[in-house]
Amino acid sequence: MPDILILGASSGIAAACAHKYAANGYTVWLAGRNRALLQTQASDLAIRYKAQAHVLFFDAVDYESHKAFVDSLSFVPDVVLLAFGYLGDQTLAERDWQESERIIGSNYTGAVSIVNQLAILLEKNNKGVIAGISSVAGLRGKKNNYIYGSAKAGFTTYLSGLRNKLAKTGVHVLTILPGFVDTKMTEGMKLSKPLTAQPEAVADDIYNAISKKKNVIYTKSLWRYIMFVISNIPEPIYKKLSLG
Amino acid sequence: MQKKAITNWGNYPVIDATESSFQTVDQLRVQLYRNKASIARGMGRCYGDAALSEHIISTLDCNNFISFDTANGIIDCQAGVTLDNILQVVVPEGWFLPVTPGTRYITVGGAVASDVHGKNHHVDGTFGEHVIDMDVMIGDGSLITCSSTEHSDLFQATCGGMGLTGIITRVKFALKPVESCYINEKKIKAKNLDEIFDLFQQYKHVTYSVAWIDCLKGGSNFGRSILMLGEHAKKSELPAKLAAAPLRLPQQANLNFPFYLPGFVLNKLSIKAFNEVFYRKQIAKEKQSIIPYTPFFYPLDAVQNWNRMYGRRGFVQYQMAFPLSVSKEALIKLLDKIRRKGFGSFLAVLKLFGEQDSLISFPMEGYTLALDFPVRNGLFEFLDELDKLVDEYGGRIYMSKDARMSKELLHKSYPHIDTFWSIVEKYNPDNKLASLQSARLFTHKIKSNQPCQIY
Ligand SMILES: Cc1cc2nc3c(=O)[nH]c(=O)nc-3n(C[C@H](O)[C@H](O)[C@H](O)COP(=O)(O)OP(=O)(O)OC[C@H]3O[C@@H](n4cnc5c(N)ncnc54)[C@H](O)[C@@H]3O)c2cc1C
Ligand SMILES: NC(=O)c1ccc[n+]([C@@H]2O[C@H](COP(=O)([O-])OP(=O)(O)OC[C@H]3O[C@@H](n4cnc5c(N)ncnc54)[C@H](OP(=O)(O)O)[C@@H]3O)[C@@H](O)[C@H]2O)c1
Repeated sequence: MPDILILGASSGIAAACAHKYAANGYTVWLAGRNRALLQTQASDLAIRYKAQAHVLFFDAVDYESHKAFVDSLSFVPDVVLLAFGYLGDQTLAERDWQESERIIGSNYTGAVSIVNQLAILLEKNNKGVIAGISSVAGLRGKKNNYIYGSAKAGFTTYLSGLRNKLAKTGVHVLTILPGFVDTKMTEGMKLSKPLTAQPEAVADDIYNAISKKKNVIYTKSLWRYIMFVISNIPEPIYKKLSLG
Repeated sequence: MQKKAITNWGNYPVIDATESSFQTVDQLRVQLYRNKASIARGMGRCYGDAALSEHIISTLDCNNFISFDTANGIIDCQAGVTLDNILQVVVPEGWFLPVTPGTRYITVGGAVASDVHGKNHHVDGTFGEHVIDMDVMIGDGSLITCSSTEHSDLFQATCGGMGLTGIITRVKFALKPVESCYINEKKIKAKNLDEIFDLFQQYKHVTYSVAWIDCLKGGSNFGRSILMLGEHAKKSELPAKLAAAPLRLPQQANLNFPFYLPGFVLNKLSIKAFNEVFYRKQIAKEKQSIIPYTPFFYPLDAVQNWNRMYGRRGFVQYQMAFPLSVSKEALIKLLDKIRRKGFGSFLAVLKLFGEQDSLISFPMEGYTLALDFPVRNGLFEFLDELDKLVDEYGGRIYMSKDARMSKELLHKSYPHIDTFWSIVEKYNPDNKLASLQSARLFTHKIKSNQPCQIY
């Protein structure tokens, strides 16, 4: 049975992906900080899909632990999904370095640290897909989330470089660029309904993109066009805009 | 947190409220502390204002299965798991829900909080009767495990208590064994009300029974109906093709009702025409068939968002029950009023309830009728008139479908309402759990009234 390792498995998008992969016969490894919650999710997958599901402790900002985490894996993952992330409080982060650091660590530094290790493992075995959930927020800075956005921009660039490096190996890299998704991260925000995806739909998109070895996907796909427009607004105009 | 427009299945009323969700009891506790007044909301399939409040706590992210004892048919799951999820897991193992309402898109928490009934009420009672134990987070944030023997007052007031005692986080309940995912269905035409009443009595021993009734027909065909009876099909009753995999449901396509119909489409004429077709479709007096459980229990689930058919102003569902001895007389008067008014209902569902001995649940031994009324001018005055009839005959109205009944009627018609409220006050003394409905039905009892903008 193929194995999927999900990092940040308690996330809304990750949980939907876990269902999708469990339903499709994968052994699911749920990694994250909240062990009790992940344990409940693992039992759930076992009951719903008769799937094998296991829990691993993983903290994205505990960089020191990452090598040991990868060394201790009892399997070589066929798919690694990086789902952890932290939107944070932009206004607070502008004044409070700890908040900034948490945002950067949870979206960028932590990802670099763990993917470095995983890439070595996968390359050695010449197989696997590394799928990273970045964000359209990384494509152009915005006043209400540019610390988060710049961390995601770093992650997106990292993934494209890694894809380039591994192009001639059996390891594939997928960059996932969600627009708005209806999860805890966006709870309490007033989002445009037609632009907001349900996590289940995002999971379907991710599943399909991984099976088809896509390089970069937007989800919902219309975000590709929205971001094309936004990226092409001349800076003198863009800087005066107030985008939601 | 920004507010957003939220409404339940009837699309009436619509309120502006904040909403949060939780995956763990710790997260839930924080949300209870943080907000003045909250109410739990599952799938929002109650029709009216029960699952609406200034702050809404969605249970949909608390949706893990905890255990499934396939040998004894016992399932333990979190409150946001839907009946649809459960059917997908348990039917292939030869088990079925002990009680199910007419839609499978509701949560287990909602099934308990409304203490829902199904077509088998006269045999199997309400959902709550099959609950083994459950966890409820009460007003002060403590999590209490209750059952019919442990914290039994909390248990009784939570079954049918419309979320007012606390937030249910986990429910363990007993399933019923089945040999197949099919129903052996029998449909019988009744040409008038007398006949349908007789048929209900005659077929009392059958596990599932419900009738569709045409409210608009007068004269000698007043109350013409179709009685739908069913039993879980035994493997030996299935045709060979189905018997090969008796627990595997055949694939079915779902339809979607894509938009709100303008209000004028559903006038008296179109409803008459619909009813005519429905009644005439069945030519024979009696018709027997083996059908999957989905169309038998959930005919409306096949059309997603069918509630949009009633237009943007929404609709209210009016479901009442009358004591057995006066049911016929009361229903004749009620149906007559509706027919004269011409405010008829697309679907009117008639059912015979069995005995019910519980604190706050809706069913009582006798007949229950459920009607849909699109919201329009004059409707609420008309429903007040119907309420008078309900009151006069000692009937009562189902809170889970209600958006407008008066507190007077509630307090007159639910005999244990005071005991219920004293238990609510014991576990939820500061009215931390409060809904638009509770603010309407218990205003005189609540210290701080939580206003909420309705539009
Ligand atoms: C097409 C259709 C057919 C129906 N047929 C029937 C029927 O045959 N029989 C019947 O009895 N009902 C029937 N209903 C009504 C429905 O079963 C109930 O309203 C049910 O409670 C809805 O569950 P929900 O998860 O959508 O809850 P919601 O509608 O979200 O909430 C309903 C009530 O339950 C409370 N609640 C929900 N979750 C919790 C929780 N975790 N803890 C505490 N309180 C909670 C809410 O506060 C609210 O008071 C039908 C509804 C529809 C739309
Ligand atoms: N929702 C959106 O609109 C949206 C849009 C674009 C991109 N994204 C991205 O999609 C991914 C999934 O997010 P989501 O929307 O599903 O949000 P979510 O439900 O809020 O999930 C975020 C997850 O990240 C985990 N996490 C945070 N810091 C961590 C750390 N140091 N170590 C381990 N796990 C950590 C959290 O785990 P805990 O349970 O332990 O807190 C949580 O499970 C994120 O990368 C997010 O940036 C989301």
